[in-house]
Amino acid sequence: MSILEYNGSAIIAMIGKHCVAIASDKRLGIQAQTISTDFRKVFEVNSGLFLGLPGLATDVSTVERTLQYRLNLLQLRESRLLTPRSFMYMVSSLLYERRFGPYFVEPVIAGLDQESYQPFIATMDLIGCPMEKNDFVVSGTCSEQMYGMCESLWKPNLEPLELFEIISQALLNSVDRDALSGWGGIVHVVEKDRVTTKHLRARMD
Amino acid sequence: MLAIREQQSSSDRAQQPISVDLPYPGFQFDLCLRNQYLISKGFKAPIAVKTGTTIAGIVFDGGVVLGADTRATEGEVVADKNCEKIHYLADNMYCCGAGTAADTEKTTDLISSKIRLHSLNTGRQARVQTALRMLKQMLSRYGGYIGAYLVLGGVDCTGAHLYTVHAAGSTDKLPYVSMGSGSLAAMATFETQYKPGMSMEAAKELVSEAIQAGIFNDLGSGSNVDLCVITSRGVDYIRPYKEACSKGVRQGDYSYKQGTTAVLETKVREIKFDVVSVTEHKMEVD
Amino acid sequence: MDFGTGAALPVSKPPLARQFNPYTSNGGTILALSGEDFSLVASDTRLSERFRIHTRDQPKTYKLTDNVVLGCCGFHGDVLTLNKLLAARIKMYKHQHDHEISCSSLAQMLSTILYSRRFFPFYTYNILIGLDEQGKGCVYSFDPVGSYERETYRAGGTGASMLQPLLDNQIGFKHQNIPEQDRPELTADRAIALVRDVFIGAAERDINTGDGLHMQLVTKDGIKTLDRFPLRKD
Repeated sequence: MSILEYNGSAIIAMIGKHCVAIASDKRLGIQAQTISTDFRKVFEVNSGLFLGLPGLATDVSTVERTLQYRLNLLQLRESRLLTPRSFMYMVSSLLYERRFGPYFVEPVIAGLDQESYQPFIATMDLIGCPMEKNDFVVSGTCSEQMYGMCESLWKPNLEPLELFEIISQALLNSVDRDALSGWGGIVHVVEKDRVTTKHLRARMD
Repeated sequence: MLAIREQQSSSDRAQQPISVDLPYPGFQFDLCLRNQYLISKGFKAPIAVKTGTTIAGIVFDGGVVLGADTRATEGEVVADKNCEKIHYLADNMYCCGAGTAADTEKTTDLISSKIRLHSLNTGRQARVQTALRMLKQMLSRYGGYIGAYLVLGGVDCTGAHLYTVHAAGSTDKLPYVSMGSGSLAAMATFETQYKPGMSMEAAKELVSEAIQAGIFNDLGSGSNVDLCVITSRGVDYIRPYKEACSKGVRQGDYSYKQGTTAVLETKVREIKFDVVSVTEHKMEVD
Repeated sequence: MDFGTGAALPVSKPPLARQFNPYTSNGGTILALSGEDFSLVASDTRLSERFRIHTRDQPKTYKLTDNVVLGCCGFHGDVLTLNKLLAARIKMYKHQHDHEISCSSLAQMLSTILYSRRFFPFYTYNILIGLDEQGKGCVYSFDPVGSYERETYRAGGTGASMLQPLLDNQIGFKHQNIPEQDRPELTADRAIALVRDVFIGAAERDINTGDGLHMQLVTKDGIKTLDRFPLRKD
């Protein structure tokens, strides 16, 4: 078993028409044993900018706290909000600093640019190779399943409500074919004036 | 980050009111022991994204052509179908990367800024040889642990140059080169078709052929052909030059009616992007 | 990946042992599903090893009798041997019992053959399709050592984990709030379209899946091979 699979997780982000969505499961486990069914792995680091951290839970917390701290300090000092792309490079630098002793997380970033309202999603591997996409990104223990679902379900110009249905179906059906993730799901849909958060009904077994 | 670094250099760290983690330059090794312990407990180390790549380049009459496919893989799974493998180094040189994706990206980024500083300091355009030496010295310092396999091409006051750089720091200078998992397929194409002193159009077509040989015959390479043509007149970055393979057309419709997914709880929160107006301060430049 | 600190830390390595590995993975994905009066098996046509393609034209479905087809992938050497063995056993059955073997009996026979090699297994993923005694479509899926069950749909091989969740969703209607009576019946045409779409997805993301899609449809009129559907070739 890989260290990335120790706690189990699944995160998807998708682009829609003037909106983005990010979804995650809620499980925290120690290998096959489930510890919590309400574990947070998607964090709103700025309003409308989300960071998803699948991987080893201890590193999820450390990376989230470190990034939030660095982001806040930088934004205070510069009195401006960071764009999603700049934030991606910030995450990437943090991870690549530890190239030879990495954090075991594979982050997903989703948000709207605060000026152009352009949707932005990106993912990276555990040593911080940034990958920007214009359709969908997946990360976690059932990434193969999520790739399969998203390749068939995603299409361009999805409206927020359609986007919600598609990302939810992709997540729920993927985690059901993975023993290490699932136990509930949460979806955030970001539009230019609001964030809609929905908790999904899922199999709890 | 820049702001935080300034703070570090301007004041003594010991006198800071709060103990904070300040980013140091260079690699951090604080997690190595823990990770080694986890691996000794039988957990496998995860794999990083690799660009199981085909990259290639040739010298033609008046410049160089660099080429790359656009697939990045994570094990047997395609992680990125359209990634950019020809990296900017300077206005007169570019660098294709194969190997560990993060390493190629960060190494070329770092060398790119070093070259910029170098040319600002010397007041002239850096030579390709300079970039080559910076790359090989950096890579050989890390003894091959930074998994960047590069094809470096550019034009300077001494003419057109093409090099390969291995992760361990060894380099070659050749008229036609290829690297990555598809390098054999690409080299086979060059060996049968390369001629010295080709025209630009013929050179572009040959590099495209070589990359396509990699795309179709090597499973680690795929999707499109990107090209970068560098001459003394400038750079022509063509992305994509050719879409060798594209996704099939779906036959069914997989949209769901609203309310298909069962929801336990919904929260809607208004957000306002509080854009703070920023006044620009021009940097003093003499 | 190595974390690069080996030189500084005293790490004791186990003694180096080299062994002959009798297996290789030749990739490929198979998929089977069944409806009221038909069953369908599909496979891609790529045969690969590591980063090399051996051939772009090797369908992984094998006709066993006049109305039973086996989808079989994994290690191609074992696939061929297993099929040779099965063909002989099917012929022996016919001579002994004076009639063609049924789909359910064939499934049990395959299970026995696979389990007979419990400690040196055939490295094959098997899915058997045909029609049952009532004329309904049936799918039997196997693990490499012969555990099997009857299902309505199943994916196997290197791209299986990419196909299976969409089949759950589109054929099993998992997580869709649709009452039983409102669910549309699975027709052969919809099944064929769905199979093509999931293979398009798998060819995008699994490097071992691609080149072409081969499909065989079993109905009461026998086995029909459908036209080859092209997939990505990179």
